[in-house]
Amino acid sequence: MDIREKIRGLVEYFRSEDFKITLILVRKSPLTILGLALTVFLVLVAVFAPLIAPYDPIKQDLKNRLQPPSWEHPFGTDQLGRDIFSRVVWGSRISLFIALIVVAISFTVGTTIGIISGYFGGKVDEVLMRITDMFMAFPRLVLALAVAAALGPGLFNTMLAIAFVSWVYYARLARASTLQIREEVYIEAARAIGASDRRILFLHVLPMVITPVIVQATLDMGGTILTAAGLGFLGLGVQPPTPEWGVMVSEGRRFITEQWWVSTFPGFAILLATLGFNLLGDGINDILNVRARR
Amino acid sequence: MDLKTYILRRLALMLFVLFGIIVITFIVSHVIPADPIGAILGPQAPPELVEKVRKEWGFDKPLPEQFVDYMVNLLHGNLGKSIRTNKPVAEDLMKFFPATIELATAAMIVAIAIGIPLGIISAVKKDKWPDHISRIFALMGVSMPVFWLGLILLFVLYYQLGIFPGPGRLDPGIEAPPRITGILTLDSLITGNFEAFTNAVWHLMLPSFVLGYYASASITRITRTSLLEVMTQDFIRTARAKGLSERVVLFRHALRNALIPTTTVIGMAYGSLLEGAILTETIFAWPGLGRYSTGAFLSVDFLAVMGSTLLIAVIYSVANLVVDILYAFLDPRIRYA
Amino acid sequence: MTSKGKEENLLEIRDLYVRFHTLRGIVKAIDGVNLEVGYGEVLGLVGETGSGKTVTGLSILRLLEQNAEITGGEIIFQGKDLLKLPLKEILKIRGRDISMIFQEPKAALNPVMQVGDQVAESFLVHEDISKKEARERVLEIFRRVGLPDPERVYKSYPHELSGGMAQRVVISMALALKPKLLIADEPTSALDVTIQAQIMDLFRELINEMGTSVIYITHDMALAAEISDRIAVMYAGRIVEVAGTETIFENPLHPYTQGLLKSIPKPGYRGKLFSMEGEIPPLINPPSGCRFHPRCPKRFDPCDKEVPKLVEVEQGHKVACFLFGGVSR
Repeated sequence: MDIREKIRGLVEYFRSEDFKITLILVRKSPLTILGLALTVFLVLVAVFAPLIAPYDPIKQDLKNRLQPPSWEHPFGTDQLGRDIFSRVVWGSRISLFIALIVVAISFTVGTTIGIISGYFGGKVDEVLMRITDMFMAFPRLVLALAVAAALGPGLFNTMLAIAFVSWVYYARLARASTLQIREEVYIEAARAIGASDRRILFLHVLPMVITPVIVQATLDMGGTILTAAGLGFLGLGVQPPTPEWGVMVSEGRRFITEQWWVSTFPGFAILLATLGFNLLGDGINDILNVRARR
Repeated sequence: MDLKTYILRRLALMLFVLFGIIVITFIVSHVIPADPIGAILGPQAPPELVEKVRKEWGFDKPLPEQFVDYMVNLLHGNLGKSIRTNKPVAEDLMKFFPATIELATAAMIVAIAIGIPLGIISAVKKDKWPDHISRIFALMGVSMPVFWLGLILLFVLYYQLGIFPGPGRLDPGIEAPPRITGILTLDSLITGNFEAFTNAVWHLMLPSFVLGYYASASITRITRTSLLEVMTQDFIRTARAKGLSERVVLFRHALRNALIPTTTVIGMAYGSLLEGAILTETIFAWPGLGRYSTGAFLSVDFLAVMGSTLLIAVIYSVANLVVDILYAFLDPRIRYA
Repeated sequence: MTSKGKEENLLEIRDLYVRFHTLRGIVKAIDGVNLEVGYGEVLGLVGETGSGKTVTGLSILRLLEQNAEITGGEIIFQGKDLLKLPLKEILKIRGRDISMIFQEPKAALNPVMQVGDQVAESFLVHEDISKKEARERVLEIFRRVGLPDPERVYKSYPHELSGGMAQRVVISMALALKPKLLIADEPTSALDVTIQAQIMDLFRELINEMGTSVIYITHDMALAAEISDRIAVMYAGRIVEVAGTETIFENPLHPYTQGLLKSIPKPGYRGKLFSMEGEIPPLINPPSGCRFHPRCPKRFDPCDKEVPKLVEVEQGHKVACFLFGGVSR
């Protein structure tokens, strides 16, 4: 299919009844819209951080340390005099970046392994499943912490640690979907007319498996932001002075009684970002379910 | 297959899982770090010491041999020594883990007490206000950083409003009961020390609520989804056709089926409770595994980190084992797997 | 058995209208259905998938889904309009005076409850007896429906039973309290043919013994003929013809009924199989007038403008077609 045909196909889809129903469903779900709005907002803030943040997030200004929220500093300043608002804004870049990379890696690796495992079955499947079992015997954060401790602190190591732990969930999900589809009659039919495994995998299996995995990926974005923040809070993730939200909450802990704003605003940012992705993921899940059931 | 056989098979599977845990911890502690000995001794260690320890501990041997050594050590309960506390890691872990068990279990009770009723209401009143509110409530729970929530609630409810007691397991003036299980609430009950009991419970409330809220979200969700799915099944229609009231249909037929997947989620939720404990124990000055491992992470006390990870994984596996057995008890179909 | 009003009927459905609210729009599923069932008679309700026969059955006991709306009509049972009774009264009628069984027997049973307990529940809900007594009655009825080793079956779970055994359990549950009316919605469609025959035999025995009236819902004309005294043919939410079983086979009047009968392949026939042209119309936007007119080989002028009424053409034989009157004026 060439480009023109693809565009025509897309335009037809947007005009189709199917799409109209999807729009109705989205409109009926204010929570999904909220999720979409929050997510878009987060992306915009992250992309335009240099334009939005009034101050340099790293530059210290000890004369102005621990100032309460004011017009000049809407979120106040921290113990080194840095503007918290600017730091939170810049922090969105970091969190989003981590989430995107981690999810992209674990999604790709996990789904591929899961599909291969589910489709080809046999010894390969057995071995891969035992491996995922071993990983899943650990609560996710705990294993990520151990790996992060082994690798050492830093942005790159944090991402590696979380991805190392997250791929198994995608593998499981993709495998389950693949197993279901493998039994479908149309796969047998395709094989009967001589389609190669690769063709079947790409044309038939992948599209069907993608759907639940995409939902998982969206929800996982939120989960990754939380995990990264947790790692940061414990001191194992991104290191100061990089303005990562979890690190900021941790730094503000000492001052919580008098200068509550140092910890509160970064934590609130974590909440909003995660909430956005979770709402979006949930919404997509609901819509797909309703459509599938009809 | 009856229940007993299933339990035995499941226990056998558990051994395999434990083996897997040991393998993974070995990989993380011996294979992943660029310099395991450096990681264990800390960055300040002089290079001669590092070499000495490397030979002594057999880090120059081939990997499979190292693994055997590792296993043997584990079986003897030797988890190495913490550079921070200077005591054997195993001893430290024994000291601290009952507090975490107490917290996690209390949080589990909170999570179930919030999660299941909320999920039921949500399903029964689908798409109406109670559903929306409880979904938002659950979503907030799963989107909120636990450590932040703990911090904020502690600040507001203890520091500002004085409703709840401060960090720690007991008020400073209260006499602690002798250590039998290490679980304060149990120990004080056993020894009849009611003052300590009430105080311990009171201290337990805020942290277990914070943790429990986080875990309740997934329980609410699965209960809702599961119940909605069950309600569309044929046997519900048959139950109604028999003349049963909607209440009986819900409690006697629907829930008995719907709560089965919830049991599995409860097992998984225990895992997030353990994670949450790591993140919040420091905030509540709770002397459990969480605080211990946080200290270990921060001072890069590598062996303590590995020991804690191992123990937490074991606790998690046991919790899942219990849940699986419960599941088989509730669902007769599964025993035939 | 006649359907004419001289004797009282056990059940009368008059001008029933049911519609469903879906994402795609409003589905006018049942559009003016009139039906009677006499005492001790078996009425076969025949129609293709989507004709509304199941919805009709469900409406009687008000078991419709939440997006369904009964917008008009009456269902008179023992002198009372079931559609206007408070729910409490309907609960008493369900399972005791009117029972319903469905297509998939194993799916109709609670998978985590012993089947015996589920049948016992029927007794315990409607009668004031002890659990032990209920258990005895269950074992009794299990014996009656031909289940081997009733005690073992009592303790079984649905997935441990075969399809035929499960259906016998379901039948026990439905007939436990000897209801006056049984609504059976494709009770044998999910079973193997040999089991089907067994269940049909059992069925016949039991209803003869108990004098139960039955509405036997099916898409299979031949199956309906085996057991029914009268047959009502339904198409796209309306009744198009009602007559005694023999009459309908010997003298089908409505073009749809004729088409249905022609579609039944006769053994030994080697020619091209007959099929009616066209498809069942979508009920969101049904055809105007007679809903069959787009497919009808005999359609003429009034067919797409007005709805033909169900009119008695000869004793006990009603048709809704302009070929035989059916004009409202």
